Amino acid sequence: MPYVPHSDEDVRRALATIGVEDLDALFADVPHEILDPPLDLAAPMDEVTLLAHLDALAAKDQQGVPTFLGGGVRRHFIPAVTPRLALQSEFVTAYTPYQPEVAQGVLQATFEFQTMMSELTGLPIANASLYDGASAVAEAALLAVRQTRREAVLVSRGAHPETREVLQTYLWPLGIDVEVVDLDPTLTTPVPTVGDHVAALIVQHPNHLGYLEAMPAMAAAAHAAGALAIAVVDPLSLAVLREPGRYGADIAVGDGQVLGVPMQFGGPAFGFMVVTEPLLRQLPGRLVGQTTDVDGRRAFVLTLQAREQHIRRGKAKSNICSNHQLAALLATVNMAALGPAGLREMAEGTVRRAHQLAAALRDDGGDMAENGRFFAEFVLRTRQDGATVRRRLAERGLRAGVPLPAEYGLGDGVILAATELITDADIAALAGALHDIGELGAGASRPAEEVGA
Amino acid sequence: MSDHVERFDVPGGAGGGRPPQRDFPLIFERGAPGRRAARPPLTEGAPLAELLGEDALRAAPPRLPEVAELDLVRHYTQLAHRQFSIDGNFYPLGSCTMKYNPKLHEDAAERFLDLHPYQDPDHAQGILELLHGLQHDLATITGMDAMSLQPAAGAHGELTGILMIRAYHEANGEGEQRRVVICPDGAHGTNPATASMAGYDVVEVPTGPDGEVDLAAFEAALGPHTAAVMLTNPNTLGIFETRILRMAEAAHAAGAQLYYDGANLNAVVGRARPGDMGFDVVHLNLHKTFTTPHGGGGPGTGPVGVKAHLAPYLPVPLVQRLGERFVLEGERPTSVGRMRSFYGNVGNLVRAYAYIRTLGAEGLRRVASMAVLNANYLRTRMKEAGFTVAYDRVNMHEFVAQPPAGLRTLDIAKALLDYGVHPMTVYFPLIVKEAMMVEPTETESLETLDAYAAVLADVVARAAADPAYLAGAPRHTPVRRLDETAAARKPILRYGFAER
Repeated sequence: MPYVPHSDEDVRRALATIGVEDLDALFADVPHEILDPPLDLAAPMDEVTLLAHLDALAAKDQQGVPTFLGGGVRRHFIPAVTPRLALQSEFVTAYTPYQPEVAQGVLQATFEFQTMMSELTGLPIANASLYDGASAVAEAALLAVRQTRREAVLVSRGAHPETREVLQTYLWPLGIDVEVVDLDPTLTTPVPTVGDHVAALIVQHPNHLGYLEAMPAMAAAAHAAGALAIAVVDPLSLAVLREPGRYGADIAVGDGQVLGVPMQFGGPAFGFMVVTEPLLRQLPGRLVGQTTDVDGRRAFVLTLQAREQHIRRGKAKSNICSNHQLAALLATVNMAALGPAGLREMAEGTVRRAHQLAAALRDDGGDMAENGRFFAEFVLRTRQDGATVRRRLAERGLRAGVPLPAEYGLGDGVILAATELITDADIAALAGALHDIGELGAGASRPAEEVGA
Repeated sequence: MSDHVERFDVPGGAGGGRPPQRDFPLIFERGAPGRRAARPPLTEGAPLAELLGEDALRAAPPRLPEVAELDLVRHYTQLAHRQFSIDGNFYPLGSCTMKYNPKLHEDAAERFLDLHPYQDPDHAQGILELLHGLQHDLATITGMDAMSLQPAAGAHGELTGILMIRAYHEANGEGEQRRVVICPDGAHGTNPATASMAGYDVVEVPTGPDGEVDLAAFEAALGPHTAAVMLTNPNTLGIFETRILRMAEAAHAAGAQLYYDGANLNAVVGRARPGDMGFDVVHLNLHKTFTTPHGGGGPGTGPVGVKAHLAPYLPVPLVQRLGERFVLEGERPTSVGRMRSFYGNVGNLVRAYAYIRTLGAEGLRRVASMAVLNANYLRTRMKEAGFTVAYDRVNMHEFVAQPPAGLRTLDIAKALLDYGVHPMTVYFPLIVKEAMMVEPTETESLETLDAYAAVLADVVARAAADPAYLAGAPRHTPVRRLDETAAARKPILRYGFAER
């Protein structure tokens, strides 16, 4: 039997040591009527058969083709050294570092991670990771509610729709309202009026459509009303964009997939949260701190655990226990491999390729939004609905076009993304394919009176 | 973890004697400006200030490490060697199910790395079929009618489950009335924390002298205000709640929903199903029973299964089969909503699928049987070594022991580290003084368990011979006992570059 070492003789010896007759005696406490039900499971496969089965499944999926998809997950460069180092079996098969003397590997790497996230965001205190970007935003909102004791949060419609859904799920049971600020015609968030019942203003930058937000004004508006400013950020963008701590954000949160985690159909990557000093005691999730051992050597340990569920139970700041440690380690090693120069080049490449793609589409009659201040993504309005455009492009060997949600009121369209992995040939291929399916070229543009934004 | 790693921890160092006072360097203390290990493809083009505006850009780069590739490799390889792991060490943490993580699963997961969550679903039929199959398998194993794979961890699954229960009560017009969640006093800390996050008050019921929930107290706690009962079965003492069918009946008679914390499913996987015990909701920890790697603290994965009456409240989206196609469903107005972005920790879902399809029903039953056999074997061996077992009876996959009189659990745990084995879970559950919660799992051989018992006996003997022995342990670990009080009093949570 796979992975179970016991021979028949082992079983006999163990039963004799325990002093019971047979294995059934060990299950005597389980009510007889529910023991050993028939299970409708497939017959077991050997290793070769299993991998062949998985290969057959994987062959039905489009992989390894130029990818112009964003929406929270992008295909970026991951150097070979990153997974080789981060996925060493000592890291992969370790438990949570509750015994620090034999967990300095995970603990020190996490301290390095916290430092790197602090450097990226310009805020002092990063936790050891959360599940993903969306749930991290929800945890940040809960933090703001605890800190301000107010009963609503204000979120820009520019935040990822799934993020806003998760926010709703987390805040509903506590009776906290989620109020939404609509985007203006430039597809960015107008500076909102923040009421004194609002715990936090939550703005994603760059927003879900790809465009840069006026973050200093957002933070100022939040603070004027006594609310916290929560910046939902793309951590790769922070290699070049201003740090949230510099424009007054109290909390920076986001998803770390772009920092070196494979796409994996959306998970697992990791969420992160970085906060100002005064919010330290409200921070959810694990934290690693520096201390010394009895010999005076520097050492690292899980600290301030009185915030957490295993100590405080019902009074904890969050119920989170497992975080996304291993994905955060991938990002740590990846940032160390790339250094400030490499990370900057990836961010620059992303911006340049996205802008080159936009220029190529515009040159061929693409119906684009007027706003040119975008990071990795932008909106292309289309004649066909977004899902159809995406499918027809997939049939032409390209993964491109997150369907534009109807809530933005822009009609049909797609959100296109580029990264540093996109080549001139890829851009030409996408432009050509869009041309083929009637979204570019002569006659592709809408009548002038329909062109908004 | 070996000594020679310590000795050679300086890049290019010549080795020699072990410097005991030396700090292991941080990655920020290695390298030099201008170095790096990796280069992305270079792009030509306009400066970013031109494309995005100067005001959007940061003034100075983040102070990230600047190290050459070999220095990077040595750094993280040496850090790996400063870390216990299942692959290197016996790791019998109670409630954590530290079983072997098959290498085959890593190969399985690699086949599905380059998939974007928003790629055209017609071009992602393979992964959707796999996820659909896993929904089926997990529902079968738990005796549930429907399954969501979305939650990212056990605690996340708990929140999902309790929110569904709340939505159910509200739909029945009992949302205002049912405000209380009942947990046993031995419950995992996540249970009451979850109930709080869902806006509920928590009532604890005591454990009786037999190690099971005190039935009279439980029935007295139930009432028209009860929203849910959260139970682990077997419980955190490793004891199966023999009165579970009666408890389920009582909970349902009071109009409450019964929640199964799946942390201890390894004891009964394949042999008994929460659905058959009367549970309405169950979460699983795929990183426990279904052996996806713990990763030093995560990612876990916490699928949630429900009986049919709760299926309308499952988070969106589920994977559904329409004829020969697999689709992600759209809107479902009764859903509690979305718990996270996308569809779940798919990389781990693939690993769990590989596990179930490799073992089949008979293999899963064998897992439970051998997990219980191993735990009872080690319980017997530890008693021989002088340890007391709380609620001593035939246990399931784990048991709770106490050290011999006069010895502290913490000291014994620290002493074990010098022998290259990991301690058990210590000081949990809270209802047992000096608790040592031991879960060997089914993947360990009897020789390993014999060796662990022998090490424990040795520690006890040395403690008796030398009063200073325990206080000084551990002695041979990369660092020794830490000043945890100082860490909390003046928190240092990031590297201070000024010290450089």
